[in-house]
Amino acid sequence: MSKELQINYSNELPKKLLDEVNEVVKSKKLNASQKMKLLEEVKKTYLNSNYNPGDVIGILAAQSISEPATQMTMRTYHFAGTAGLKVTYGLPRLIEIFDAKKNPETPTMTILLKSSHNSAEGAKKFAENIVEKKIENAVDKVFINLNDSSIDIELIDKKKNNKAAQLINEGIKDIEAKTKGNKISIIFKGEINIKELTKIKEKIMLIHFEGIPNVINAIVRKENDDWVVNTVGTNLGSILERDEVNIQKTVTNDIQETANILGIEAARNLIISETMKTMQEQGLEVDIRHIMLLSDTITFDGGIMSIGRYGVAGAKSSVLSKAAFEETIKHLVKASIHKESDNFQGIFENVMIGQVIPSGTGMFDLIAKSEDDDE
Amino acid sequence: MIIDKIVFGIMDSQMIKKLSVANITKTDLYDQEGYPIEGGLMDPRLGVVDPGVRCRTCGGSIGDCQGHFGLLQLTRPIIHVHYAKIIFTLLKMFCRDCSRILVAEKDLESFKEKGLALKELAKSTKKKCPWCTKEVKKWKFVKPSSFQEGAKLLDATTVRSRLEKITNDDLEIINFKIRPENLILTILPVPPVTVRPSITLQSGERSEDDLTHKLVDIVRINERLKENIDLGAPEFIIEDLWELLQYHISTYFDNDITGVPPARHRSGRILKTISQRLKTKEGRFRGNLAGKRVNFCARTVTSPDPKINIDEVGVPLEIAKELTIPINVTENNIKSIQKNVLNGTNIWPGANYVIRPDGRRKKITDMTKEEIAKELTVGYIVERHIQNGDVSLFNRQPSLHRMSIMGHRIRIMPNKTMRLNLCVTTPYNADFDGDEMNLHIPQTLESQAETDILMAVPKNIRSPRFSGPIIGAVRDHLSGIYLITQDKNNFTRDKFVQLIRSVNTDIEIPNKSSITGKEIFSLFLPKDFSYEGKSKSGNKVIIENGKLIEGVIDKASIGAENGKLLDKLEKLYGPKITRDFLFDITRLAIEYTMWVGFSISISDQDISKEGKEKIKKTIEILRKEVDDLIEEYENGKIKLLPGRSMKDSLEVMIKRKLNKTLDDVENIMTKSLPESNTLTMAKSGARGDLINIVQTAAMVGQEMAMSGRMERGYHQRIFPHFKKNDISLESRGFVAHGFKDGLTPFEFFFDAMNSRESLMDKSLKTRHSGYMERRLVGAMQDMKVEYDGTIRDAINRIVQFTPGEDGLDPSRIERGGINVKRIADKLFK
Repeated sequence: MSKELQINYSNELPKKLLDEVNEVVKSKKLNASQKMKLLEEVKKTYLNSNYNPGDVIGILAAQSISEPATQMTMRTYHFAGTAGLKVTYGLPRLIEIFDAKKNPETPTMTILLKSSHNSAEGAKKFAENIVEKKIENAVDKVFINLNDSSIDIELIDKKKNNKAAQLINEGIKDIEAKTKGNKISIIFKGEINIKELTKIKEKIMLIHFEGIPNVINAIVRKENDDWVVNTVGTNLGSILERDEVNIQKTVTNDIQETANILGIEAARNLIISETMKTMQEQGLEVDIRHIMLLSDTITFDGGIMSIGRYGVAGAKSSVLSKAAFEETIKHLVKASIHKESDNFQGIFENVMIGQVIPSGTGMFDLIAKSEDDDE
Repeated sequence: MIIDKIVFGIMDSQMIKKLSVANITKTDLYDQEGYPIEGGLMDPRLGVVDPGVRCRTCGGSIGDCQGHFGLLQLTRPIIHVHYAKIIFTLLKMFCRDCSRILVAEKDLESFKEKGLALKELAKSTKKKCPWCTKEVKKWKFVKPSSFQEGAKLLDATTVRSRLEKITNDDLEIINFKIRPENLILTILPVPPVTVRPSITLQSGERSEDDLTHKLVDIVRINERLKENIDLGAPEFIIEDLWELLQYHISTYFDNDITGVPPARHRSGRILKTISQRLKTKEGRFRGNLAGKRVNFCARTVTSPDPKINIDEVGVPLEIAKELTIPINVTENNIKSIQKNVLNGTNIWPGANYVIRPDGRRKKITDMTKEEIAKELTVGYIVERHIQNGDVSLFNRQPSLHRMSIMGHRIRIMPNKTMRLNLCVTTPYNADFDGDEMNLHIPQTLESQAETDILMAVPKNIRSPRFSGPIIGAVRDHLSGIYLITQDKNNFTRDKFVQLIRSVNTDIEIPNKSSITGKEIFSLFLPKDFSYEGKSKSGNKVIIENGKLIEGVIDKASIGAENGKLLDKLEKLYGPKITRDFLFDITRLAIEYTMWVGFSISISDQDISKEGKEKIKKTIEILRKEVDDLIEEYENGKIKLLPGRSMKDSLEVMIKRKLNKTLDDVENIMTKSLPESNTLTMAKSGARGDLINIVQTAAMVGQEMAMSGRMERGYHQRIFPHFKKNDISLESRGFVAHGFKDGLTPFEFFFDAMNSRESLMDKSLKTRHSGYMERRLVGAMQDMKVEYDGTIRDAINRIVQFTPGEDGLDPSRIERGGINVKRIADKLFK
C-alpha cells in the first residue's frame, strides 16, 4: 500500500521535494507511517504554495526582472575574475540577451578540460593551441620581389612551410605558392603591378593559419580544482571537436551560436544562466522561475525571438495590442488589407474597450445556485 | 454587451456613400451671422458640438449624438499614402496587360501555401508574364506616393484602372482580402464634427480643429481643380493642382511622411492630423485606450507617520469630503446613512449625492439635506464620504512592480498631506522630499473585496521577485531595535512598563522588577515562535519559543528586503500577525530612540592618534609599493599577467594594491573608532556603511572613471600641473584625504569627475530600463496560469507546462522553497 501511495506522490510533487523528503526521512530515521504523514503535510504545503489559475504570471515575471534592472549600472565593462577578461555586464548585457543579438559585444567561452589535460601545463598548451594565428602572426620576414613580381615569405617555424603554402593557395585565386628551401615563394599568373602586389600581400597576411578561427585570446585560470580556459571570441562548434575539451561543461555566452550548435533547449538554459549571472553580479536577487518564464517566452516556438517589436511582441495575434505597443499605423494598415480580426483574448485589447480582462479574477464568472436547482 | 470581435478592413465608396449624410462642397464654414453653412465642413447634419443645439440628422443633443459622416467627391483619384507601398507591390506582382498574377499556373498552389508577407511574395514573381508572355517593365517607387513604370510615371487614374482588373481569385492567392482599387480614393469620407470640435474662445472668436483646417484645404483645392477642368485649363495647371490635392490628402492622413514638408498652421505650428492622433505615447492608443483617466481619486504630497499601521493611509479631511463610496440603503444601515445625509457635504462624515431607485442622481445641499434624509428608504443609494476603515488603493509612480499599488485602510486625519507608515516606503520607493502619491477609492463591492483580499499591504509583505519580505523595518527602526536588544541592556520596572505600554496596551507586563531589552523584544513575538539566524555582523541570533535568547536584532532579521525573521514569521503565522508584529516593533524602536536620544555629530568620526598614524603609514606603504611597480614597468621588468599587455598588467596590479589598502584602512578604522551613533547606524544597517565612515574620516581612496583609474583630460596628463605620462597615484585620481579633513584641489576635481560620470549614468539608465520594462511587459503580458496548471498566452499556446518547473509561486514560498525539515520537526517533536 505504501508503495502505491508513494507513486501517487511522485506524480504530484516535484522531484526535488521528494528527494528532500527522503533525505529528512533518512536523517531523522522515520518509519513508513511517519513518512506518509510527512509526505501528506509536505503536499499540503506544496499545494498551498502553487500558483492560482488566472495568475498573470507574465507580468509578474516582467516586473520582477525589470524592477531590479532600474538599480543596475550602465557601466558597460567588467573584468571577470582576477585574470581579467573584459565582459559586458549590467543593464547593457541584459538588454543584449533580450534583444537576441546576433553578435554579442564581448563573446567569450569558458572551456573546461578533460581530466587528462586538467593541469597547469595541459591547460596552458591547449590555450596556446586554440588561439587563432593568421599568417602575419607566424611570419618572420616578408619580401616583395619586384624583379619577377613575386612575394617571399619566411616563417618562424620552417616546418610549417608546406602547410602555409597550401593555405595560401586555397585562400587566394590566381597565385601559386611553393616551398623553396626556407622560404615560401608566391608567383602570380599574369601581369601585376606594385600596388596590387602590396594589396595581395596584405590579403595573404590575414589568411587563417592555425588555431581556431574567431578565438582572439585565451586566458588560463584556476577555478576551485579545475583549470579553466577563458577565451576572447567564440567558436563553440570547433572547440567541441577538440579532444582535450570536456564537452559537458564547456559553454559560450553567445546565445545564437548555442542555439545553432546545441539546439534550442541549450539556448534556453543559457539565457537563464546568463541572466541569473548578470543579476547576481550586481547583487540583485531575482527568483529563477521568472527568468525561466522569460527564457521560455523567447524560445518556445523553437527559434530565438527577441523581446520587442520584431520578436515576441510583433508576433502577437491581437491587432490592437500590436498597434498599441509600437508602430501603430503599420499594424493597422496591414490588418486592413488582410481583413484581420481581433478576438479580444488578451489583456490590452480588453482594457482598451473597457471590458473585464480574461485573467486574474476576470477569468471567472460567479454562478449563484438558485433555490430551484436544488429541487 | 460584450464585444468579442473587431474586423479591420477599408471603407469602399459604396460604404462611404451609405454612411454619408451630407455632401461637402463649400469652403466656408460659417455664414455672416456665424451659423454653419450647409454643405460646408461644419454642416449641421454632421452632428453637434455646441450646447443647446440639436442634431439635424438624428435629433440628439450634445452627448447623445455621436456625429455623422459626410463625403467629399474628389475630382481626380488620389492615392492613400499609407497604402502606397502596398499598391506598388501589387502593381509589380500583376501583369500590366492581362492583369494576372506573375506566377506560372503550376506554381500557384505552392505560392499560396507559402503564406508569406506581401513583400516577400513580390520578390518571387516572374520577370515575364506566364499568361500572356508580356515582358515586365522595370518598376520604381517614387516616394511618397508615385510609381514609375519604365520611364513613365503612372497617374492615379491609370493605377486605379489597373487594380480594378485584378481578379478576386488572384487576390486570394496573396491573401488579399479587399478590392485593391479602393486603396485609391475617389470619395473622401468627412469625419463628423464631434471628431474635430471647434472651440469658442473667450473673445467670441471660433478656433477650429487641425483636421478641419486640413479638410478646408482639401475642399478648396478640390473645387479649384474641378473649375479648372471644367474651364478646360492647360494640362500642366491641372497636373499641378492634382499634385497639390494629393499633397493635402496625404498630409491629412499623416503629417509626418519622410520627404514631404509637413503641413503647417498659419502660426507655423505643425498640424496634428489623423496619424498623429493615434501614434505615440500621448496618442489615442497609448494615451487614451491603454491608460484612462478615472474619478474617485486624489493626489497630494506624502509625509511619514510611524503611528499609523502599515496598511493604513492617512487621508486629509478635505479629501475625505470629496471622495465618496456608494452605499445601498438597507433596513440595517438606514439610521447611520441618514446621519451622513444630514451632515451634508461640508461636515465629515457626510454624503454628497443620493441616487433614487429610478436612477436619478441628486446632489445633497444644505437646503435639501433634511428633505432627502426623510425621503430615504430601502433601495436608495447614498454616496457617502469615505470613513475610517474603508479600503483604498494607494500608488506611487513609477509603478515598477505590483507593490507600487497596494490596498490601504483609510484613516481620516487633519492637515493636508497623505500619511503612510515608514515600513511601506520600500515597496513604493518613496521618500518625503516632496513625493506625491495617488489614492483611489474602489466603488463596487467586488472591487472592494478584491482590494482587501488580494492587494492589501499585509498580502504584499512577501515580494514575488525574490520570495522574501519587501516590507520591513527601515532606518531608525533598525537603530532603535539594535540598541534595545544589546546585551546587558536592563530596564527598571517604571521604564519598561512605560516603554511597552506606549506601544501596545494589550501585552501582558512581566511581573519583574527589571528586565532586559531582549525580553522586551520577546514580548512581541508569538509564544511558540522559534528562529535561528544570523545578524548583520554574522553573529548568531537565536529565538526559542518566543524568547530572544542570543543575538542582536538588526537589518538581517527584520529589515526590508532582508529580514529572515520576518520571512519565517510570515510563512508560519500569516500576513496579519506579521503586520502587527512589524507595527509594534517599529514603534518600540522609535520610542526607544526618542528616549535615549539619537543624533550624530562630526566628532563621531574622530579617530585616535594612533589610528591616524597607522592609516598614514598604510598609505605610505601603498605609495612605495606602487612606485616600485611603476619602476618595474618602466624598466620593462614587470611580471605579465596571462593575456595582458604590460600596461594592463600594471593597472591590474595597482588596482589590487589599492583594494588591499582600502581593506587595511577599514580594519584599522574598526579598531580605532569609538562607539557612536554613526557607527550604530552602520552596524545595524539603518543607514550608511563602514566605507562611508572610512571615506569621511580616513581616506576617500581611488576615484574611478570609465571603470579604471583616471585617464582623460589634457594630452598625456589629466591636469596641466602634472608631468606628461606621469602614472603615479596622485596624478591618476588617488585621494589620500578623508572628506572631514578636506580634499586638495586636485582631489576635489577628481571626485567631481567621478560624480559627473555617475550622474550621467543614472539618467541614461532610467531611460533604458524603462523601455526594457515596456518591452518585457509587451512580450509577456498575456501569459497566465490556466486551470490545468500550464502557462499559456492569449491564443492558448502553451509556453510552460509547469510554471517555473515546480509549480511554486515565489510570492507564497520562503526564500529557497519549501522547508521540508521544518515540517518534519514540527510533526515529530
